[in-house]
Amino acid sequence: MRRALLIAVPYLWLLALFLVPFLIVLKISLSDTALAIPPYLPTLDFSEGWAGIWGFLQQLDFENFTFLTQDELYWRAYLSSVQIALISTLLTLLVGYPIAYGMASAPEHWRATLMMLVILPFWTSFLIRVYSWMGILSNEGLLNQLLQGLGLIDQPLTILNTNTAVYIGIVYTYLPFMILPIYAALEKMDDALLEAAEDLGCSRLTAFWLVTVPLSRQGIIAGCFLVFIPALGEFVIPSLLGGSGTLMIGKVLWEEFFNNRDWPVASAVAVILLLILIIPIILFQRNEQKQREREG
Amino acid sequence: MRRFTWFNATSLTLGFAFLYLPMVILVIYSFNASKLVTVWAGFSTRWYGELLGNQAFLDAAWVTLKVAVASSSLATVLGTMAAYVLVRSGRFAGRTLFSGMIYAPLVMPEVITGLSLLLLFIGIGLDRGVLTIILAHTTFAMCYVSVVVSSRLVSFDRSLEEAALDLGCTPFTAFRLVTLPIIAPAVVSGWLLAFTLSLDDLVIASFTAGPSATTLPIKIFSAVRLGVSPEINALSTIMIAIVTVGVITASLISKRASLAQQRDAQAAARAQ
Repeated sequence: MRRALLIAVPYLWLLALFLVPFLIVLKISLSDTALAIPPYLPTLDFSEGWAGIWGFLQQLDFENFTFLTQDELYWRAYLSSVQIALISTLLTLLVGYPIAYGMASAPEHWRATLMMLVILPFWTSFLIRVYSWMGILSNEGLLNQLLQGLGLIDQPLTILNTNTAVYIGIVYTYLPFMILPIYAALEKMDDALLEAAEDLGCSRLTAFWLVTVPLSRQGIIAGCFLVFIPALGEFVIPSLLGGSGTLMIGKVLWEEFFNNRDWPVASAVAVILLLILIIPIILFQRNEQKQREREG
Repeated sequence: MRRFTWFNATSLTLGFAFLYLPMVILVIYSFNASKLVTVWAGFSTRWYGELLGNQAFLDAAWVTLKVAVASSSLATVLGTMAAYVLVRSGRFAGRTLFSGMIYAPLVMPEVITGLSLLLLFIGIGLDRGVLTIILAHTTFAMCYVSVVVSSRLVSFDRSLEEAALDLGCTPFTAFRLVTLPIIAPAVVSGWLLAFTLSLDDLVIASFTAGPSATTLPIKIFSAVRLGVSPEINALSTIMIAIVTVGVITASLISKRASLAQQRDAQAAARAQ
Protein backbone atom coordinates (compact mmCIF):
# COMPACT_ATOMS: atom_id res chain seq x y z
CA MET A 1 0.00 0.00 0.00
CA ARG A 2 2.75 2.45 1.04
CA ARG A 3 4.83 1.28 -1.89
CA ALA A 4 1.99 1.95 -4.30
CA LEU A 5 1.66 5.46 -2.89
CA LEU A 6 5.40 6.05 -3.13
CA ILE A 7 5.34 5.10 -6.80
CA ALA A 8 2.07 6.87 -7.57
CA VAL A 9 2.96 10.37 -6.41
CA PRO A 10 6.00 11.08 -8.62
CA TYR A 11 4.51 8.95 -11.40
CA LEU A 12 1.25 10.88 -11.57
CA TRP A 13 3.10 14.19 -11.28
CA LEU A 14 5.25 13.38 -14.32
CA LEU A 15 2.29 12.01 -16.26
CA ALA A 16 0.27 15.17 -15.66
CA LEU A 17 3.05 17.72 -16.10
CA PHE A 18 5.37 16.05 -18.60
CA LEU A 19 3.62 13.44 -20.72
CA VAL A 20 0.16 15.01 -21.04
CA PRO A 21 1.56 18.46 -22.00
CA PHE A 22 3.67 16.78 -24.61
CA LEU A 23 0.66 14.96 -26.04
CA ILE A 24 -1.15 18.31 -26.16
CA VAL A 25 1.71 19.74 -28.26
CA LEU A 26 1.44 16.76 -30.57
CA LYS A 27 -2.30 17.22 -30.87
CA ILE A 28 -2.14 20.97 -31.51
CA SER A 29 0.55 20.45 -34.13
CA LEU A 30 -2.11 18.51 -36.07
CA SER A 31 -4.78 21.18 -35.61
CA ASP A 32 -5.55 24.24 -37.69
CA THR A 33 -4.94 27.86 -36.78
CA ALA A 34 -8.14 29.75 -35.95
CA LEU A 35 -9.11 33.20 -34.83
CA ALA A 36 -10.52 32.02 -31.55
CA ILE A 37 -9.63 31.43 -27.93
CA PRO A 38 -7.73 29.12 -27.82
CA PRO A 39 -6.42 30.02 -31.29
CA TYR A 40 -6.70 26.59 -32.90
CA LEU A 41 -9.34 24.13 -34.12
CA PRO A 42 -10.73 21.55 -33.49
CA THR A 43 -11.21 21.45 -29.72
CA LEU A 44 -12.15 18.16 -28.13
CA ASP A 45 -15.80 18.01 -27.08
CA PHE A 46 -16.73 15.08 -24.85
CA SER A 47 -20.41 15.98 -24.63
CA GLU A 48 -21.14 14.35 -27.97
CA GLY A 49 -19.64 11.02 -26.91
CA TRP A 50 -17.84 8.78 -29.38
CA ALA A 51 -19.21 10.61 -32.39
CA GLY A 52 -17.59 13.80 -31.09
CA ILE A 53 -14.24 12.10 -30.58
CA TRP A 54 -14.39 10.55 -34.05
CA GLY A 55 -15.28 13.88 -35.62
CA PHE A 56 -12.40 15.45 -33.71
CA LEU A 57 -9.93 12.86 -34.97
CA GLN A 58 -11.10 13.34 -38.54
CA GLN A 59 -10.34 17.05 -38.37
CA LEU A 60 -6.68 16.49 -37.47
CA ASP A 61 -4.23 16.62 -40.35
CA PHE A 62 -0.58 17.10 -41.21
CA GLU A 63 -1.18 20.48 -42.82
CA ASN A 64 1.25 22.31 -40.51
CA PHE A 65 4.00 19.84 -41.29
CA THR A 66 3.38 20.23 -45.02
CA PHE A 67 3.54 23.98 -44.48
CA LEU A 68 6.90 23.62 -42.69
CA THR A 69 8.39 21.61 -45.54
CA GLN A 70 7.20 24.15 -48.11
CA ASP A 71 8.31 27.31 -46.38
CA GLU A 72 12.02 27.77 -46.95
CA LEU A 73 12.47 29.65 -43.65
CA TYR A 74 11.96 26.53 -41.57
CA TRP A 75 14.27 24.36 -43.65
CA ARG A 76 16.98 26.94 -43.39
CA ALA A 77 16.39 27.33 -39.67
CA TYR A 78 16.74 23.59 -39.02
CA LEU A 79 19.83 23.28 -41.21
CA SER A 80 21.50 26.32 -39.75
CA SER A 81 20.73 25.15 -36.17
CA VAL A 82 22.46 21.85 -36.91
CA GLN A 83 25.35 23.67 -38.57
CA ILE A 84 25.81 26.18 -35.74
CA ALA A 85 25.58 23.42 -33.13
CA LEU A 86 28.14 21.28 -34.99
CA ILE A 87 30.66 24.08 -35.51
CA SER A 88 30.35 25.23 -31.90
CA THR A 89 30.76 21.66 -30.64
CA LEU A 90 34.01 21.27 -32.59
CA LEU A 91 35.26 24.65 -31.34
CA THR A 92 34.37 23.69 -27.77
CA LEU A 93 36.35 20.48 -28.20
CA LEU A 94 39.37 22.42 -29.50
CA VAL A 95 39.23 24.83 -26.57
CA GLY A 96 38.25 22.26 -23.95
CA TYR A 97 40.69 19.44 -24.69
CA PRO A 98 43.90 21.34 -23.83
CA ILE A 99 42.30 22.56 -20.59
CA ALA A 100 41.21 19.03 -19.61
CA TYR A 101 44.68 17.74 -20.55
CA GLY A 102 46.35 20.44 -18.47
CA MET A 103 44.12 19.58 -15.51
CA ALA A 104 44.83 15.86 -15.76
CA SER A 105 48.58 16.45 -15.81
CA ALA A 106 48.56 19.03 -13.01
CA PRO A 107 50.00 18.01 -9.64
CA GLU A 108 47.52 15.93 -7.66
CA HIS A 109 46.89 18.45 -4.88
CA TRP A 110 45.79 21.09 -7.39
CA ARG A 111 43.20 19.02 -9.13
CA ALA A 112 40.32 19.52 -6.66
CA THR A 113 40.77 23.30 -6.91
CA LEU A 114 40.95 23.19 -10.72
CA MET A 115 37.79 21.08 -10.80
CA MET A 116 36.00 23.62 -8.65
CA LEU A 117 37.18 26.46 -10.92
CA VAL A 118 35.65 24.66 -13.90
CA ILE A 119 32.36 23.95 -12.12
CA LEU A 120 31.93 27.37 -10.48
CA PRO A 121 30.78 29.21 -13.65
CA PHE A 122 28.15 26.49 -14.10
CA TRP A 123 26.44 27.69 -10.90
CA THR A 124 26.42 31.29 -12.05
CA SER A 125 23.47 32.47 -14.07
CA PHE A 126 23.54 31.34 -17.68
CA LEU A 127 21.87 34.58 -18.74
CA ILE A 128 24.55 36.68 -17.04
CA ARG A 129 27.35 34.67 -18.63
CA VAL A 130 25.87 35.25 -22.08
CA TYR A 131 25.25 38.91 -21.29
CA SER A 132 28.87 39.43 -20.20
CA TRP A 133 29.96 38.98 -23.82
CA MET A 134 27.69 41.74 -25.14
CA GLY A 135 29.90 44.46 -23.68
CA ILE A 136 33.05 42.77 -24.96
CA LEU A 137 32.01 42.02 -28.53
CA SER A 138 30.06 45.15 -29.52
CA ASN A 139 31.46 47.64 -32.01
CA GLU A 140 32.58 50.04 -29.27
CA GLY A 141 33.29 47.05 -27.03
CA LEU A 142 36.43 46.16 -25.14
CA LEU A 143 37.75 43.73 -27.75
CA ASN A 144 37.59 46.35 -30.50
CA GLN A 145 39.05 49.00 -28.16
CA LEU A 146 41.93 46.66 -27.39
CA LEU A 147 42.60 45.72 -31.01
CA GLN A 148 42.40 49.34 -32.15
CA GLY A 149 44.61 50.44 -29.26
CA LEU A 150 47.21 47.93 -30.34
CA GLY A 151 46.95 49.24 -33.87
CA LEU A 152 45.94 45.87 -35.28
CA ILE A 153 42.75 47.14 -36.94
CA ASP A 154 41.54 50.50 -38.18
CA GLN A 155 37.84 49.80 -38.40
CA PRO A 156 36.01 48.06 -35.54
CA LEU A 157 35.18 44.42 -36.28
CA THR A 158 31.50 43.59 -36.33
CA ILE A 159 31.21 40.52 -34.11
CA LEU A 160 28.12 41.07 -31.98
CA ASN A 161 24.89 40.11 -33.80
CA THR A 162 26.68 37.65 -36.09
CA ASN A 163 27.07 33.89 -36.03
CA THR A 164 30.65 34.31 -34.74
CA ALA A 165 29.25 35.80 -31.54
CA VAL A 166 26.88 32.84 -31.25
CA TYR A 167 29.81 30.41 -31.56
CA ILE A 168 31.73 32.29 -28.87
CA GLY A 169 28.67 32.27 -26.62
CA ILE A 170 28.07 28.54 -27.00
CA VAL A 171 31.75 27.66 -26.48
CA TYR A 172 31.87 29.86 -23.41
CA THR A 173 28.71 28.63 -21.69
CA TYR A 174 29.03 24.92 -22.50
CA LEU A 175 32.79 24.58 -21.96
CA PRO A 176 32.46 22.82 -18.56
CA PHE A 177 30.30 20.09 -20.18
CA MET A 178 33.19 19.36 -22.55
CA ILE A 179 36.03 19.62 -20.04
CA LEU A 180 34.61 17.38 -17.32
CA PRO A 181 34.08 14.10 -19.26
CA ILE A 182 37.42 14.47 -21.09
CA TYR A 183 39.19 15.17 -17.81
CA ALA A 184 37.53 12.11 -16.24
CA ALA A 185 38.79 9.94 -19.12
CA LEU A 186 42.32 11.39 -19.09
CA GLU A 187 42.66 11.13 -15.34
CA LYS A 188 42.06 7.36 -15.42
CA MET A 189 44.78 6.87 -18.03
CA ASP A 190 47.84 4.87 -17.02
CA ASP A 191 51.00 6.95 -17.57
CA ALA A 192 53.06 3.81 -18.08
CA LEU A 193 51.41 3.48 -21.50
CA LEU A 194 52.88 6.82 -22.61
CA GLU A 195 56.31 5.85 -21.30
CA ALA A 196 56.07 2.55 -23.11
CA ALA A 197 55.18 4.32 -26.36
CA GLU A 198 58.13 6.65 -25.99
CA ASP A 199 60.46 3.78 -25.11
CA LEU A 200 59.35 2.11 -28.30
CA GLY A 201 60.43 5.12 -30.30
CA CYS A 202 57.35 7.31 -30.58
CA SER A 203 57.88 11.04 -30.42
CA ARG A 204 55.78 12.78 -27.78
CA LEU A 205 53.38 14.07 -30.37
CA THR A 206 52.93 10.65 -31.98
CA ALA A 207 52.44 9.11 -28.55
CA PHE A 208 49.75 11.70 -27.89
CA TRP A 209 47.93 10.85 -31.14
CA LEU A 210 48.35 7.08 -30.85
CA VAL A 211 47.80 6.62 -27.11
CA THR A 212 46.24 9.59 -25.33
CA VAL A 213 43.59 10.56 -27.88
CA PRO A 214 42.22 7.03 -28.43
CA LEU A 215 42.11 6.43 -24.68
CA SER A 216 40.14 9.60 -24.10
CA ARG A 217 37.74 8.81 -26.94
CA GLN A 218 34.82 8.06 -24.61
CA GLY A 219 35.26 11.40 -22.89
CA ILE A 220 35.43 13.23 -26.21
CA ILE A 221 32.25 11.56 -27.47
CA ALA A 222 30.35 12.22 -24.24
CA GLY A 223 31.51 15.85 -24.15
CA CYS A 224 30.51 16.45 -27.77
CA PHE A 225 26.99 15.11 -27.20
CA LEU A 226 26.61 17.10 -23.97
CA VAL A 227 27.39 20.28 -25.93
CA PHE A 228 25.64 19.45 -29.20
CA ILE A 229 22.26 18.39 -27.78
CA PRO A 230 21.49 21.53 -25.74
CA ALA A 231 23.13 23.83 -28.32
CA LEU A 232 20.71 22.64 -31.00
CA GLY A 233 17.62 23.92 -29.19
CA GLU A 234 19.34 27.00 -27.75
CA PHE A 235 17.31 30.20 -27.49
CA VAL A 236 19.07 32.70 -25.22
CA ILE A 237 22.43 32.76 -27.02
CA PRO A 238 21.16 33.36 -30.58
CA SER A 239 18.65 35.95 -29.41
CA LEU A 240 21.18 37.99 -27.39
CA LEU A 241 24.42 37.52 -29.35
CA GLY A 242 23.10 36.56 -32.77
CA GLY A 243 21.70 38.98 -35.31
CA SER A 244 18.57 39.03 -37.39
CA GLY A 245 20.38 36.74 -39.85
CA THR A 246 21.06 34.10 -37.20
CA LEU A 247 18.49 31.41 -37.74
CA MET A 248 18.10 28.92 -34.92
CA ILE A 249 15.07 26.77 -34.42
CA GLY A 250 14.62 27.63 -30.74
CA LYS A 251 14.37 31.28 -31.69
CA VAL A 252 11.96 30.54 -34.57
CA LEU A 253 9.68 28.58 -32.21
CA TRP A 254 9.70 31.44 -29.69
CA GLU A 255 8.85 34.03 -32.33
CA GLU A 256 6.17 31.84 -33.89
CA PHE A 257 4.52 31.53 -30.51
CA PHE A 258 4.97 34.96 -28.92
CA ASN A 259 5.07 37.25 -31.98
CA ASN A 260 2.87 35.48 -34.53
CA ARG A 261 0.68 33.68 -31.99
CA ASP A 262 0.56 30.74 -34.34
CA TRP A 263 0.26 27.89 -31.86
CA PRO A 264 -0.22 25.02 -34.31
CA VAL A 265 2.89 25.96 -36.31
CA ALA A 266 4.92 26.52 -33.12
CA SER A 267 3.86 23.05 -31.95
CA ALA A 268 4.80 21.49 -35.29
CA VAL A 269 8.23 23.19 -35.10
CA ALA A 270 8.65 21.69 -31.61
CA VAL A 271 7.71 18.20 -32.79
CA ILE A 272 10.24 18.29 -35.64
CA LEU A 273 12.97 19.68 -33.36
CA LEU A 274 12.38 16.72 -31.07
CA LEU A 275 12.53 14.28 -33.99
CA ILE A 276 15.92 15.75 -34.97
CA LEU A 277 17.16 15.51 -31.38
CA ILE A 278 16.17 11.88 -30.93
CA ILE A 279 19.03 10.62 -33.14
CA PRO A 280 21.91 12.17 -31.16
CA ILE A 281 20.17 11.32 -27.86
CA ILE A 282 19.90 7.62 -28.77
CA LEU A 283 23.52 7.55 -29.99
CA PHE A 284 24.63 9.19 -26.76
CA GLN A 285 22.77 6.69 -24.59
CA ARG A 286 24.16 3.77 -26.55
CA ASN A 287 27.66 5.17 -26.10
CA GLU A 288 27.15 5.53 -22.35
CA GLN A 289 25.80 2.02 -22.07
CA LYS A 290 28.73 0.56 -24.00
CA GLN A 291 31.10 2.29 -21.64
CA ARG A 292 29.27 1.00 -18.57
CA GLU A 293 29.42 -2.54 -19.93
CA ARG A 294 33.13 -2.22 -20.62
CA GLU A 295 33.80 -0.95 -17.12
CA GLY A 296 31.32 -3.14 -15.27
CA MET B 1 53.30 11.43 -12.68
CA ARG B 2 52.57 13.08 -15.99
CA ARG B 3 54.76 16.02 -16.87
CA PHE B 4 53.34 19.40 -15.99
CA THR B 5 54.94 21.23 -18.88
CA TRP B 6 54.91 24.82 -20.05
CA PHE B 7 52.33 23.82 -22.62
CA ASN B 8 49.99 22.53 -19.90
CA ALA B 9 50.52 25.58 -17.74
CA THR B 10 49.79 27.88 -20.68
CA SER B 11 46.65 26.06 -21.74
CA LEU B 12 45.33 26.14 -18.17
CA THR B 13 46.09 29.84 -17.80
CA LEU B 14 44.49 30.75 -21.12
CA GLY B 15 41.54 28.45 -20.47
CA PHE B 16 40.75 29.91 -17.07
CA ALA B 17 41.31 33.42 -18.37
CA PHE B 18 38.69 32.70 -21.03
CA LEU B 19 36.28 31.33 -18.40
CA TYR B 20 36.71 34.12 -15.90
CA LEU B 21 37.73 37.33 -17.71
CA PRO B 22 34.26 38.16 -19.10
CA MET B 23 32.79 37.99 -15.62
CA VAL B 24 35.65 39.96 -14.09
CA ILE B 25 35.13 42.68 -16.71
CA LEU B 26 31.40 42.67 -15.98
CA VAL B 27 32.07 43.18 -12.28
CA ILE B 28 34.63 45.96 -12.89
CA TYR B 29 32.29 47.87 -15.16
CA SER B 30 29.47 47.68 -12.64
CA PHE B 31 31.50 50.27 -10.69
CA ASN B 32 31.82 52.55 -13.71
CA ALA B 33 30.54 56.10 -13.22
CA SER B 34 29.57 56.50 -16.87
CA LYS B 35 26.26 55.50 -18.37
CA LEU B 36 28.20 54.26 -21.39
CA VAL B 37 29.20 50.81 -20.35
CA THR B 38 32.33 50.56 -22.46
CA VAL B 39 33.94 53.88 -21.47
CA TRP B 40 35.60 54.03 -18.07
CA ALA B 41 34.80 57.26 -16.25
CA GLY B 42 35.94 56.63 -12.71
CA PHE B 43 34.79 54.56 -9.76
CA SER B 44 31.23 54.87 -8.52
CA THR B 45 28.59 52.82 -6.72
CA ARG B 46 25.83 54.87 -8.35
CA TRP B 47 24.28 51.90 -10.21
CA TYR B 48 23.91 49.89 -7.04
CA GLY B 49 21.99 52.77 -5.55
CA GLU B 50 19.73 53.04 -8.58
CA LEU B 51 19.20 49.29 -8.56
CA LEU B 52 18.06 49.32 -4.93
CA GLY B 53 15.65 52.15 -5.76
CA ASN B 54 14.16 50.22 -8.68
CA GLN B 55 10.95 48.72 -7.31
CA ALA B 56 10.31 46.58 -10.42
CA PHE B 57 13.62 44.75 -9.98
CA LEU B 58 13.06 44.24 -6.26
CA ASP B 59 9.58 42.82 -6.91
CA ALA B 60 10.95 40.48 -9.57
CA ALA B 61 13.71 39.35 -7.20
CA TRP B 62 11.14 38.57 -4.54
CA VAL B 63 8.99 36.54 -6.96
CA THR B 64 12.08 34.66 -8.17
CA LEU B 65 13.12 33.80 -4.63
CA LYS B 66 9.63 32.57 -3.70
CA VAL B 67 9.45 30.41 -6.81
CA ALA B 68 12.95 29.01 -6.28
CA VAL B 69 12.40 28.07 -2.62
CA ALA B 70 8.98 26.50 -3.23
CA SER B 71 9.87 24.63 -6.41
CA SER B 72 13.24 23.34 -5.23
CA SER B 73 11.75 22.05 -1.97
CA LEU B 74 8.88 20.33 -3.79
CA ALA B 75 11.28 19.00 -6.41
CA THR B 76 13.57 17.60 -3.72
CA VAL B 77 10.74 15.63 -2.10
CA LEU B 78 9.37 14.34 -5.41
CA GLY B 79 12.82 13.72 -6.88
CA THR B 80 13.97 11.74 -3.83
CA MET B 81 10.80 9.65 -4.00
CA ALA B 82 11.35 9.05 -7.70
CA ALA B 83 14.99 8.07 -7.11
CA TYR B 84 13.92 5.64 -4.39
CA VAL B 85 11.33 4.11 -6.70
CA LEU B 86 13.86 3.79 -9.54
CA VAL B 87 16.58 2.19 -7.43
CA ARG B 88 14.60 0.17 -4.87
CA SER B 89 11.17 -0.72 -6.17
CA GLY B 90 12.21 -3.43 -8.58
CA ARG B 91 9.75 -4.20 -11.31
CA PHE B 92 6.33 -2.64 -11.58
CA ALA B 93 3.95 -1.96 -14.40
CA GLY B 94 5.06 1.07 -16.40
CA ARG B 95 8.58 1.21 -15.01
CA THR B 96 10.14 1.89 -18.42
CA LEU B 97 7.78 4.80 -19.00
CA PHE B 98 8.63 6.11 -15.53
CA SER B 99 12.39 6.10 -16.06
CA GLY B 100 11.85 7.57 -19.51
CA MET B 101 9.88 10.44 -18.00
CA ILE B 102 12.68 11.03 -15.47
CA TYR B 103 15.43 11.23 -18.08
CA ALA B 104 13.60 12.89 -20.99
CA PRO B 105 13.21 16.34 -19.38
CA LEU B 106 17.00 16.47 -18.91
CA VAL B 107 17.59 16.53 -22.66
CA MET B 108 14.36 18.24 -23.70
CA PRO B 109 14.99 21.72 -25.14
CA GLU B 110 13.62 24.34 -22.78
CA VAL B 111 11.50 25.92 -25.49
CA ILE B 112 9.58 22.66 -25.87
CA THR B 113 9.12 22.11 -22.12
CA GLY B 114 7.92 25.69 -21.76
CA LEU B 115 5.56 25.53 -24.72
CA SER B 116 4.02 22.22 -23.68
CA LEU B 117 3.41 23.33 -20.08
CA LEU B 118 1.88 26.59 -21.23
CA LEU B 119 -0.51 24.73 -23.53
CA LEU B 120 -1.47 22.46 -20.62
CA PHE B 121 -2.14 25.38 -18.25
CA ILE B 122 -4.26 27.11 -20.88
CA GLY B 123 -6.04 23.84 -21.68
CA ILE B 124 -7.13 23.27 -18.08
CA GLY B 125 -7.87 26.94 -17.54
CA LEU B 126 -5.25 27.56 -14.83
CA ASP B 127 -4.40 31.27 -14.55
CA ARG B 128 -0.74 31.84 -15.21
CA GLY B 129 1.28 33.34 -12.39
CA VAL B 130 3.56 32.33 -9.53
CA LEU B 131 1.82 28.97 -9.09
CA THR B 132 2.29 27.88 -12.70
CA ILE B 133 6.00 28.79 -12.65
CA ILE B 134 6.40 26.75 -9.45
CA LEU B 135 4.68 23.75 -11.05
CA ALA B 136 6.84 24.02 -14.18
CA HIS B 137 10.13 24.41 -12.29
CA THR B 138 9.26 21.58 -9.92
CA THR B 139 8.68 19.25 -12.85
CA PHE B 140 12.01 19.68 -14.57
CA ALA B 141 14.03 20.15 -11.37
CA MET B 142 12.71 16.92 -9.81
CA CYS B 143 14.33 14.98 -12.63
CA TYR B 144 17.74 16.51 -11.86
CA VAL B 145 17.25 15.80 -8.14
CA SER B 146 16.32 12.19 -8.81
CA VAL B 147 19.44 11.64 -10.94
CA VAL B 148 21.69 13.08 -8.21
CA VAL B 149 19.98 11.14 -5.41
CA SER B 150 19.74 7.83 -7.27
CA SER B 151 23.49 7.83 -7.99
CA ARG B 152 24.00 7.99 -4.21
CA LEU B 153 21.33 5.35 -3.52
CA VAL B 154 22.94 2.92 -5.94
CA SER B 155 26.28 3.12 -4.15
CA PHE B 156 25.05 2.52 -0.63
CA ASP B 157 25.02 -0.72 1.30
CA ARG B 158 21.51 -2.09 1.32
CA SER B 159 22.13 -4.42 4.24
CA LEU B 160 22.03 -1.41 6.59
CA GLU B 161 18.40 -0.85 5.65
CA GLU B 162 17.63 -4.54 5.94
CA ALA B 163 19.19 -4.65 9.41
CA ALA B 164 16.90 -1.81 10.53
CA LEU B 165 13.89 -3.69 9.15
CA ASP B 166 14.98 -6.91 10.90
CA LEU B 167 15.26 -5.00 14.17
CA GLY B 168 11.62 -4.03 13.90
CA CYS B 169 11.61 -0.68 12.13
CA THR B 170 8.72 0.10 9.82
CA PRO B 171 9.92 0.83 6.27
CA PHE B 172 9.29 4.53 6.82
CA THR B 173 11.25 4.65 10.11
CA ALA B 174 14.07 2.71 8.47
CA PHE B 175 14.11 5.29 5.70
CA ARG B 176 14.09 8.18 8.16
CA LEU B 177 16.72 6.77 10.55
CA VAL B 178 19.05 4.91 8.20
CA THR B 179 18.62 5.80 4.54
CA LEU B 180 17.97 9.52 4.79
CA PRO B 181 21.07 10.38 6.88
CA ILE B 182 23.24 8.45 4.44
CA ILE B 183 21.83 10.02 1.29
CA ALA B 184 21.51 13.47 2.95
CA PRO B 185 24.51 15.02 1.13
CA ALA B 186 22.99 14.03 -2.22
CA VAL B 187 19.58 15.34 -1.19
CA VAL B 188 21.15 18.65 -0.17
CA SER B 189 23.08 19.00 -3.41
CA GLY B 190 19.92 18.05 -5.29
CA TRP B 191 18.09 20.87 -3.53
CA LEU B 192 20.87 23.33 -4.32
CA LEU B 193 20.87 22.27 -7.97
CA ALA B 194 17.09 22.63 -8.19
CA PHE B 195 17.31 26.03 -6.49
CA THR B 196 19.92 27.38 -8.95
CA LEU B 197 18.09 25.92 -11.94
CA SER B 198 14.93 27.73 -10.88
CA LEU B 199 16.78 30.97 -10.11
CA ASP B 200 18.44 30.85 -13.50
CA ASP B 201 15.60 29.81 -15.77
CA LEU B 202 14.43 32.26 -18.39
CA VAL B 203 12.76 30.23 -21.12
CA ILE B 204 10.36 28.04 -19.15
CA ALA B 205 9.45 30.94 -16.86
CA SER B 206 8.70 33.18 -19.85
CA PHE B 207 6.24 30.65 -21.20
CA THR B 208 4.54 29.81 -17.91
CA ALA B 209 4.52 33.24 -16.22
CA GLY B 210 1.49 35.31 -16.99
CA PRO B 211 1.56 39.08 -17.07
CA SER B 212 0.95 39.03 -13.31
CA ALA B 213 4.29 37.48 -12.36
CA THR B 214 7.72 38.52 -13.60
CA THR B 215 10.88 36.77 -12.48
CA LEU B 216 14.33 38.31 -12.37
CA PRO B 217 15.65 36.50 -15.48
CA ILE B 218 12.61 37.69 -17.48
CA LYS B 219 13.26 41.23 -16.27
CA ILE B 220 16.99 41.00 -17.05
CA PHE B 221 16.34 39.54 -20.48
CA SER B 222 13.94 42.28 -21.54
CA ALA B 223 16.37 44.95 -20.28
CA VAL B 224 19.41 43.36 -21.91
CA ARG B 225 17.72 42.94 -25.28
CA LEU B 226 17.98 46.68 -25.73
CA GLY B 227 21.71 46.61 -25.05
CA VAL B 228 24.22 46.65 -22.20
CA SER B 229 23.17 48.60 -19.13
CA PRO B 230 25.22 49.43 -16.02
CA GLU B 231 22.31 48.59 -13.73
CA ILE B 232 22.26 45.04 -15.06
CA ASN B 233 26.03 44.87 -14.47
CA ALA B 234 25.45 45.82 -10.84
CA LEU B 235 22.69 43.23 -10.49
CA SER B 236 24.89 40.57 -12.12
CA THR B 237 27.74 41.41 -9.75
CA ILE B 238 25.48 40.90 -6.74
CA MET B 239 24.29 37.55 -8.11
CA ILE B 240 27.84 36.40 -8.93
CA ALA B 241 28.97 37.35 -5.42
CA ILE B 242 26.14 35.39 -3.79
CA VAL B 243 26.81 32.29 -5.89
CA THR B 244 30.58 32.39 -5.32
CA VAL B 245 30.21 32.73 -1.54
CA GLY B 246 27.53 30.01 -1.54
CA VAL B 247 29.50 27.48 -3.58
CA ILE B 248 32.73 28.02 -1.64
CA THR B 249 30.91 27.71 1.72
CA ALA B 250 29.11 24.57 0.60
CA SER B 251 32.32 22.95 -0.61
CA LEU B 252 34.14 23.83 2.63
CA ILE B 253 31.30 22.34 4.69
CA SER B 254 31.21 19.15 2.66
CA LYS B 255 35.01 18.87 2.86
CA ARG B 256 34.86 19.19 6.64
CA ALA B 257 32.04 16.65 6.81
CA SER B 258 33.97 14.14 4.73
CA LEU B 259 37.09 14.69 6.87
CA ALA B 260 35.01 14.07 10.01
CA GLN B 261 33.59 10.92 8.42
CA GLN B 262 37.12 9.72 7.62
CA ARG B 263 38.18 10.33 11.22
CA ASP B 264 35.17 8.37 12.51
CA ALA B 265 35.95 5.51 10.17
CA GLN B 266 39.57 5.47 11.31
CA ALA B 267 38.56 5.59 14.97
CA ALA B 268 36.12 2.73 14.39
CA ALA B 269 38.81 0.71 12.65
CA ARG B 270 41.20 1.28 15.55
CA ALA B 271 38.54 0.35 18.12
CA GLN B 272 38.09 -3.00 16.46
